[in-house]
Amino acid sequence: MSAPAAVLAVEGVEVRFGGLVALSDLSFIVREGEVASLIGPNGAGKTTAFNVITGFLRPAKGAVRYRESLLNGLRPSQVAERGVVRTFQKTSVFGGIPVFENVLIGLHRRGRAKSWEILLALPRVRQEEKRLREEAMELLSFAGLAHRREEPGAALPYGEQRLLEVAVAMAADPSLLLLDEPVSGMNPSETAGFMKMVEKIRGRGITILLVEHDMRMVMGVSDRVVVLNQGRIIAEGPPAEIQRDPDVIRAYLGQGAKRAGG
Amino acid sequence: MRRWPAWAWVAFLASIPLWVRNQYYLHVLINTGIFAVAAMSLNLLLGYTGQLSLGHVAFFGIGAYTSALVSLGFDLQLAAGYTFVFEPRPVWLGFLAGVAVAGLFGWLIGKLSFRVRGAYFVIVTVSFAEVVKLVALNWVDLTEGPMALNNIPPVTLSLPGLGELTFWKKEPNYYLVLAVCLLSYAVIRRLVQSRAGRAFIALRENEALAESVGVDVTRFLVLAAVISAAIAGAAGGLYAHYIKIVDPDIFLFIYTVVMVIMVVTGGKGTLLGPVVGAVIFGILPEILREVARPEVQWIIYGFIMILIVFFLPEGIVPAAASWRKARAASASPLGAAGERA
Repeated sequence: MSAPAAVLAVEGVEVRFGGLVALSDLSFIVREGEVASLIGPNGAGKTTAFNVITGFLRPAKGAVRYRESLLNGLRPSQVAERGVVRTFQKTSVFGGIPVFENVLIGLHRRGRAKSWEILLALPRVRQEEKRLREEAMELLSFAGLAHRREEPGAALPYGEQRLLEVAVAMAADPSLLLLDEPVSGMNPSETAGFMKMVEKIRGRGITILLVEHDMRMVMGVSDRVVVLNQGRIIAEGPPAEIQRDPDVIRAYLGQGAKRAGG
Repeated sequence: MRRWPAWAWVAFLASIPLWVRNQYYLHVLINTGIFAVAAMSLNLLLGYTGQLSLGHVAFFGIGAYTSALVSLGFDLQLAAGYTFVFEPRPVWLGFLAGVAVAGLFGWLIGKLSFRVRGAYFVIVTVSFAEVVKLVALNWVDLTEGPMALNNIPPVTLSLPGLGELTFWKKEPNYYLVLAVCLLSYAVIRRLVQSRAGRAFIALRENEALAESVGVDVTRFLVLAAVISAAIAGAAGGLYAHYIKIVDPDIFLFIYTVVMVIMVVTGGKGTLLGPVVGAVIFGILPEILREVARPEVQWIIYGFIMILIVFFLPEGIVPAAASWRKARAASASPLGAAGERA
């Protein structure tokens, strides 16, 4: 029983905001090809962990490794260069420009045209542009947003904006995709649709790290769940085990709870 | 969509000196053209990257001073007993030097503004313009300070077979300015409709998201600053060799404000916006001068500006585009049912 190799390793990460310890000695791994979930009550440090991994925050201590490279100290764009791409907890799209252009920006990493080549309008710049536009259309169809391509990002209904976020992140060609509460605020049928999309993304060989409060989603799509409470990991394992773990139940429901549902 | 194709506009603009014989009108058009180039350059930063450069006139002035100094020549006493003498060079070389030096300062500002956004970017650019103005005012050895650089030579072209052609008259200057306008427009258009332009827009729309998908935002801000400054420098060079005198008043804050007004009223983040703004606010004062008394001219000017900003907050060009779209949609029975943002 050889488990796939770990691709992401968070090692002893500590983050402080002033005197507040947001994360203390956080360590966990994500394995190649799996869907791992990071859960925990509000304020447990899940988004902080995402910010550390993707270069938006510098940890006071510890290291983040992705495949062969150390991610500490890199800027977010450099982290993305290494194939680690995230979405944001608060819906984040390029609101003022059409959906199609949103995805084209996401494809930035797949373009190679240099500034001087653009100014000289070399034929290969035009070819690349054509290729990028085709890829953008393909991604929009993948996310089921092809019919919205002309509309400004901000004009989409909430659920579709969240799909657009994923399409933009997918455009950046991730090998590890970090999703920060992607279904929060979605209704059950939208959530079900999103879960199908996660399966499709995984089908493309992309490893996923998910932060989510919706337990039906977490238990439905995850291979492994890591539970964070007050900046520390309190449990880790397959969803079925986590659901029965007394520490987890206590963290979510408090001491007095006799019964805990999913 | 467009009623006139692009070449028809160019042909129309090129024909103007053939039927506008009034030298003063041509002068107004040349000035308008120079401002259009400057406004287009500002739009690259303000409209596309979303960063307000309130010291933009510095690049314009640097282009003007550099071009004038290279074509006039200068000497500098660097140390006791040693004087650096710079011989006058041809005007075209001065013009290119002006573009290059302005671009270099654009690079510097872009680098300095690493992580400086919004109000802080404004402060960096305003301070930069003030410093450059003080240098121009006080480094008398080089810039003649308030005595100004005089007798700047006009542009000279040596054409094979035709001999030298010196641009003393309005007409050749008009065509020169028109050519630089078209070139700047083409450069900016190519840039903003490319991968680089999308990176600018990404910075404007959502910097964190842009970074997270791998756009090196700082690098593209520097690129935009360099090209914007270089084009502003070209406008400055045109100005220096047309007006033939450059003094530190070229750095007056009001010129930056005029550029901002042109960009915002015309439509920031659109290719044609700054041109439309420059035409309106370049020609309007001249029209007002003929129809209104001096004391009410600027009141009317301000009033028109407020009306435009109030009723067309997006600017004239985007408003015209959506108006045309709405009209097209209601004209065709199929389009009327279609969705409209």
